[in-house]
Amino acid sequence: MIPSLRRCSAALAVMAAIAVPAAAATQLTGAGSTFDFPFFSKAFYIYSQKNPDVTVNYQSIGSGGGIKQFSSKTVDFGATDVPMNGEELAGAKDAVLQIPVTLGGAAMAYNLPGVNNLKLTRQMVADIFLGKITKWNDPQIAKLNKATSIPDTSIVVVHRSDGSGTSYIFTDFLSHVSPEWKSKVGTGKSPSWPTGVGAKGTEGVAGQVRNTPGGIGYVEMAYVVENKMTAALLQNKAGKWVSCTPETVAAAAASKPEVSASNFSIVDAAGAGSYPIAGYSWVVVYKKPSDAGRAKALYNVLSWLIGPSGQDNAKSVDYVPLPRNVQETAAATLRQMQH
Amino acid sequence: MTDEPQFRRVARFVSPADRGFAAAVYGGSILFALLILGLFVELVLGSWPSIVRFGPGFIFHSGWDPINSKFGALPMIYGTVVTSLIAIVLAAFVGIMAAVFLADFAPRWLATPLSFLIELLAAVPSVVYGLWGLFVLSPFVRTALGPALQKVLGWTPVFSGTIYGVGLLTAGMILALMIVPTVTAISRDVIAAIPRDLREASMALGTTKWETAVRVVLPAARVGVFGACVLALGRALGETIAVTMVIGNRPEISASLFAPSYTLASVIANEFTEATTSIYVSALIELGLILFAVSIVVNALARVMIWSVRGSERA
Amino acid sequence: MAQNGLRYKGLRRRRIASWLGIALAFCCAAIAAASLLVILGYVVVQGVGAINFDFLTQLPHPIGVPGGGVGNGILGTFIILGIATLMAVPIGLLTGIYLSLFGRGVIPEALRFLSDVLSGVPSIAIGLFAYAVLVAPLRHFSGFSASFAFMMLMLPLLVRTSEQAIRSVPQSVREGALALGMSNFRATVGIVLPTARPAIITALLLAIARVIGETAPLLFTAFGTQFWETNPGNPMAVLALQVFNYAISPYATWQAQAWGGSLLLVGAVFVLSLGARLMLRRSMKGLEA
Repeated sequence: MIPSLRRCSAALAVMAAIAVPAAAATQLTGAGSTFDFPFFSKAFYIYSQKNPDVTVNYQSIGSGGGIKQFSSKTVDFGATDVPMNGEELAGAKDAVLQIPVTLGGAAMAYNLPGVNNLKLTRQMVADIFLGKITKWNDPQIAKLNKATSIPDTSIVVVHRSDGSGTSYIFTDFLSHVSPEWKSKVGTGKSPSWPTGVGAKGTEGVAGQVRNTPGGIGYVEMAYVVENKMTAALLQNKAGKWVSCTPETVAAAAASKPEVSASNFSIVDAAGAGSYPIAGYSWVVVYKKPSDAGRAKALYNVLSWLIGPSGQDNAKSVDYVPLPRNVQETAAATLRQMQH
Repeated sequence: MTDEPQFRRVARFVSPADRGFAAAVYGGSILFALLILGLFVELVLGSWPSIVRFGPGFIFHSGWDPINSKFGALPMIYGTVVTSLIAIVLAAFVGIMAAVFLADFAPRWLATPLSFLIELLAAVPSVVYGLWGLFVLSPFVRTALGPALQKVLGWTPVFSGTIYGVGLLTAGMILALMIVPTVTAISRDVIAAIPRDLREASMALGTTKWETAVRVVLPAARVGVFGACVLALGRALGETIAVTMVIGNRPEISASLFAPSYTLASVIANEFTEATTSIYVSALIELGLILFAVSIVVNALARVMIWSVRGSERA
Repeated sequence: MAQNGLRYKGLRRRRIASWLGIALAFCCAAIAAASLLVILGYVVVQGVGAINFDFLTQLPHPIGVPGGGVGNGILGTFIILGIATLMAVPIGLLTGIYLSLFGRGVIPEALRFLSDVLSGVPSIAIGLFAYAVLVAPLRHFSGFSASFAFMMLMLPLLVRTSEQAIRSVPQSVREGALALGMSNFRATVGIVLPTARPAIITALLLAIARVIGETAPLLFTAFGTQFWETNPGNPMAVLALQVFNYAISPYATWQAQAWGGSLLLVGAVFVLSLGARLMLRRSMKGLEA
């Protein structure tokens, strides 16, 4: 036993020696939205390359998880695609600041080999997720997409199994466009889905759709681009066909210049160029963090993130930089944080 | 092997070293007991708000609606039981027959490596089974096995509906793969523990090897073999990661084996880090408590059965 | 004559049935073994391409940046397992000694029952426990809480095996030591434990093999990180958790790395099981001699 122990500890020592330089840095932990993950993953990577003394460990466990872990103070910041509501703020006990950090859209990703540029009306999306349309070659869909021949495949609805701000944005959209959805299911982070399979995280939904012919799910557009998935064209409120792109999402955001943590919904926006399933994503921090050293580091990371150089990273990974005025609101909110 | 208490007869803790040693031995054992009791107490305390609020109805209600704080465990209990039953039905026959072969028929040069392989199967991490299930088994179920079953048996509700690939059947099959080694390894030990005399007496009466194995030895070992199956069932009930990856995560009771479902363990795995309200957390911990209680009952049952065959030497 | 023929025929039919039965049993054993080979085959074929020096030594890269590895997860696995072993071995050994010395009575029987109960408790429930006692009160996910969960998973095997190993040391050895005037402490630590050591190490190797790929409790204990982390007070990366996260991700590169990570885990389990087997054989020989 002794020699093998010694060998193990030698291996540990070597590995520890490799790791020491990085371990000396301040490590901030954040958790939450999977919607944000590609953006955060890139941005925090860039940040710690520029500031080697700070690393940000972001775990994408879903917005619900972000709020939970933030409220129980197991992480330094949470990220969520839907701001914390009154009950959740009460649960956090201490004063919370909610800062918009990015803007994104949920694409309707689908897996039908050979079928591109599928068109879906808002009502069809609602009916698919209500379980009323179950075949891809349903007469309604076929009629709308005469140019392409759609196979007789069953529709496999994929939704989130974890509490998700993306689910909130998506169900908010469905509640806007379908009275039936609004009364039967409603809007929320973990609604009772009438049909389909659940997958963990946006990663899981994207993975499941990719692996399942006939699958359809709502996925942040960065995932669609990165994975070369196909996404449906949706008809917006103005009756125009739009795909999920930074431009159409930005147009949706432009329809509502003032956003706040209590008034944030930009789904089903008016305007010819607006994509209907879009939303801001938020970071939540405590107004008075308990650890002063970490607070300083956290403040610096976040002000970089919402500033111009942080937001530049958004574009490179298919997110939409915050509009000017929202950036200013975000900066003003962040300044209230004690650091 | 001596089964005598070795210490008591001579046990007097005289020297300081002895006294310190005794203290350490007692201390370690007490710590061990406290850890296990702590586990139980923690689970009960954590689920108390949910127990008080939902009462026994928690087990009999379906409807898992975190937004409206309505929680019922029935769909998860259903999913857990059905996947485990599929697993044990598939695994029991194969596992027991493999055990008979290894214990009674296999020449040593074959039995040793085969046993090792099968035991290795028991040690392969759950997440690896899950990965394989997700990328190999689930497409196979969706494209080949599912349609074939549906063609023949599609008229029954059990094999009707959309074949998602992930779902009860896939999860049950993965679980079967995971518990075959448990069934085989324990059954083999139990069968091997049946006295030689019995076999020799049987052979002397003119029975064939197979008749001896199946009509004499296996019945003699049946309680222990059944215990092995129950123990394997216990493992299937609590299995988490592999099932989470292929079950489809949907809290609904559906007759079709192709339908997505949910198990007690996989709900906890998916939702525990994100449950925001305290009643939600409590409901999840109560699922853990149910799992804990079931595993105690199942394991106690299984061990009693295995002991009764193997005698005083314990599993 | 006719009667003889009939009996002969009956015997022949029974012989054939016997061979068919044995063939069936063989097929079942072969199915069980073959399913392992199929799974292993997939893991090796898919995983071997992902494994290279960078994979073993680099940090995970952000999405969209090719390359990267699971070096921090491998490091985290070592550290968490190391701490778990350091905690589990003393408790397990001491409890095993207690059970072997005070074998009968209500308390030892109760302890054995508890140990059996613990061995059947699903790992996810143990994860809940670790979260409740070490994460929620300290308000920090940590590698240590994962070690604690692993310790709980390792204990039952260690307790029962060390009890049996110590019991199987011949009574004459212990009595000889006592007759030479040794204290009970010296007799146990100096004579009995070394004799039982191979069996105990076997159990330890098997216990490590059991937890090395365990993922469920890690979801709410170790939590994961993209960085090198050597402080067990912080969230740590663990290989099994990385495999899980990568497996359900949509990225082809990550899925490939999940296979690579699986191959590492299966390789580790294989080596540990083989080591345990060799150790056991050696201990048997030792006892025979």
